Amino acid sequence: MKVVVCTKQTPSTTAVFSVNNGAVSWEDSGGKPNVVNPWDEYAVEEAIRVKENHGASQAIALTMGTPDSQEALKTCLAMGCDEAILVSDPSFAGSDTLGTARILAAALEKIDGAKVVIFGKQAIDGDTGLTPVQVARKLGWTPVTYVSAIKEIKGHTITLERLLEDGKETVTTDLPVVISVVKEINEPRYPSFMGIRKANRATIPTWSAADLNISGGVGAGASQADWSHVYAIPAREGSVEIIEGDSVEEKVAALVDKLFEEKVI
Amino acid sequence: MTTSQTNSLHDDLRQGVRQLCRRFPDAYWRDLDKQGAYPTDFVRAMTEAGYLGALIPEQYGGVGVGITETSIILEEVHRSGGNAAACHAQMYIMGTLLRHGSEAQKAFYLPKIASGELRLQAFGVTEPDAGTDTTKIWTTAVRENDHYRIRGQKIWTSRAQHSDLMLLLARTTPVEKVAKRTHGLSIFLIDLRQAVGNGVVIEPIETMINHHTTQVFFDDLRIPHDSLIGEEGMGFRYILDGMNAERILIAAECIGDGYWFIDRASGYAKERVVFDRPIGQNQGVQFPIAQAYIHVRAADLMRFEAARLFDNGRSCGAEANMAKLLAADASWEAANVTLQTYGGFGFAKEYDVERKFRETRLYQIAPISTNLILSYIGQHVLGMPRSF
Ligand SMILES: Cc1cc2nc3c(=O)[nH]c(=O)nc-3n(C[C@H](O)[C@H](O)[C@H](O)COP(=O)(O)OP(=O)(O)OC[C@H]3O[C@@H](n4cnc5c(N)ncnc54)[C@H](O)[C@@H]3O)c2cc1C
Ligand SMILES: Cc1cc2nc3c(=O)[nH]c(=O)nc-3n(C[C@H](O)[C@H](O)[C@H](O)COP(=O)(O)OP(=O)(O)OC[C@H]3O[C@@H](n4cnc5c(N)ncnc54)[C@H](O)[C@@H]3O)c2cc1C
Repeated sequence: MKVVVCTKQTPSTTAVFSVNNGAVSWEDSGGKPNVVNPWDEYAVEEAIRVKENHGASQAIALTMGTPDSQEALKTCLAMGCDEAILVSDPSFAGSDTLGTARILAAALEKIDGAKVVIFGKQAIDGDTGLTPVQVARKLGWTPVTYVSAIKEIKGHTITLERLLEDGKETVTTDLPVVISVVKEINEPRYPSFMGIRKANRATIPTWSAADLNISGGVGAGASQADWSHVYAIPAREGSVEIIEGDSVEEKVAALVDKLFEEKVI
Repeated sequence: MTTSQTNSLHDDLRQGVRQLCRRFPDAYWRDLDKQGAYPTDFVRAMTEAGYLGALIPEQYGGVGVGITETSIILEEVHRSGGNAAACHAQMYIMGTLLRHGSEAQKAFYLPKIASGELRLQAFGVTEPDAGTDTTKIWTTAVRENDHYRIRGQKIWTSRAQHSDLMLLLARTTPVEKVAKRTHGLSIFLIDLRQAVGNGVVIEPIETMINHHTTQVFFDDLRIPHDSLIGEEGMGFRYILDGMNAERILIAAECIGDGYWFIDRASGYAKERVVFDRPIGQNQGVQFPIAQAYIHVRAADLMRFEAARLFDNGRSCGAEANMAKLLAADASWEAANVTLQTYGGFGFAKEYDVERKFRETRLYQIAPISTNLILSYIGQHVLGMPRSF
């Protein structure tokens, strides 16, 4: 049994964005501008634990993205994944979540023995949270979202705990599964120095469209999302007024008058 | 801010250390400072991530990188607002053991030091009457059959209470009986877990910074004869060998401090509005920050030059010392400028400037004072007469 963690490279949480002529760019003066999607750190940690505690033979990290997404995969290797695979092709550019799911599903089918696929809850940039369920649907595997614990993997079944708004739910289902995890599931480890060095020396294989058997449209042409009008959020305008008065009572009375005037109360 | 000698491993390493340090924000260090507490969680994280075994060769369970990479780790810790003094010595004190210890000593201790199972992060050199002039130490080790008997006192032995092992410099041949004052000194590896209460007493010293330094008293401590590292009488040579590494690493900590200060000062100068404009618009505020930044950058180059020479096995005494002096001066200048830029708020503990200000002041004095570096350069590089 192999466990695969799907991870996306996203801008770092401290990146500063700008929009020029509809093109978004970002930089981070405090470090690398792109990182493993922060929600996916929990998924990576859990994949490594499935190997350590539930007898998976290998933990493999998988990313669809531009060639520079190797950076995120290197972090996964440094944390302790055994292997990393980048899926990249110019024709994938501009894929929407369904296109992304088609590509990832095709890549997962190519990984022999993959039985547990772990995703983060959502990506901090796209933020839809759709990819995990769409991938499960494409593969015809069972999706389980909001997983907060992997309790047991035994024979052909897996027992999971889900964290829902009104409580916890324990689910047992057949393998293979596609799960998405919440941050309560674990505390991700730091990449170790040994790991960082190993990852730095690793060559990460890239699978292109020709290597995969993708069913359905991918790329910008097949996308249902419209990115034709991208603009920076207009700066909020506002002003501060400090109410003067000789006593607290006087100031409060003035404040109440103002609030009435502005129709706030 | 980039430097001339970086490669992709260095970038990845910086990123990794930053990721770790992010879990130990300003408030963590501020609270420790207030309580005078040891950063146990931080040191555990650094140990588990393998950073403290950076210099230990792979065959002994370490990572086996050079001083360049190791210096980057320490720089990043300081740049994050933290302080590596609680654990940096675990990285380099073992150097004496590695270079001069027997194969049996290395095989026994180094893997345990690499894993963090044993902490070797205390080095007793300085004594109340022998700071700058190391050869004046009076702590003695006398050989008696299969053991040595140790008497004396060390001061400023940092982290002795957070260390399982301690390296000790002691006199084995009285100064009257040696040709040169630097002869007759030896290095011992002491197991503090057995020694404390059996001839060793450790007393903490309260200091201006959260540093965990101590006085160590030796009253007839008996240690096995194989606690000796290398040859008897060669101890002074051995510690000199380790000094260049230490100088470069301390320089890197100063550089990290320097960048931290510059980030804070320039950030604050852009935001703090006085007389209806950011204070950084006034050249009287802006130029000192720019000047300090230039000095930090220049010191950074000397640090990488010294590290490059060290890692290529070339002599680097001059460069290591110059890097230490330039970096300590630059971080202190940056600290001073930052405090000035913050005005009264610089004194408020919640901004961390006063804490880092106190911390970075140390490097003008320890592990070697600025004057001694100047005298080293004056004498050994420029050939002027010895002053002491
Ligand atoms: C710069 C930029 C340009 C874009 N351009 C377009 C465009 O032109 N047209 C368009 O329709 N959309 C575009 N997108 C959105 C893109 O299609 C989605 O980001 C992508 O499909 C994933 O969806 P999501 O980000 O909502 O991920 P979510 O569904 O929120 O992610 C959930 C989880 O799925 C996994 N995952 C997500 N993506 C990947 C991946 N690529 N590889 C591996 N695992 C993954 C991760 O584990 C993640 O935690 C763009 C996004 C960006 C940042
Ligand atoms: C927080 C802290 C931690 C320390 N940790 C350790 C440790 O772990 N292990 C250890 O062994 N030591 C440690 N030290 C000691 C440190 O190495 C010494 O303080 C340092 O070497 C200076 O010695 P001293 O304090 O005795 O100063 P002194 O030798 O008394 O010198 C006082 C001043 O006179 C100057 N001076 C002396 N002689 C000359 C001269 N000939 N020309 C010009 N100027 C001169 C010096 O530069 C200095 O400024 C630590 C010190 C501190 C403060």
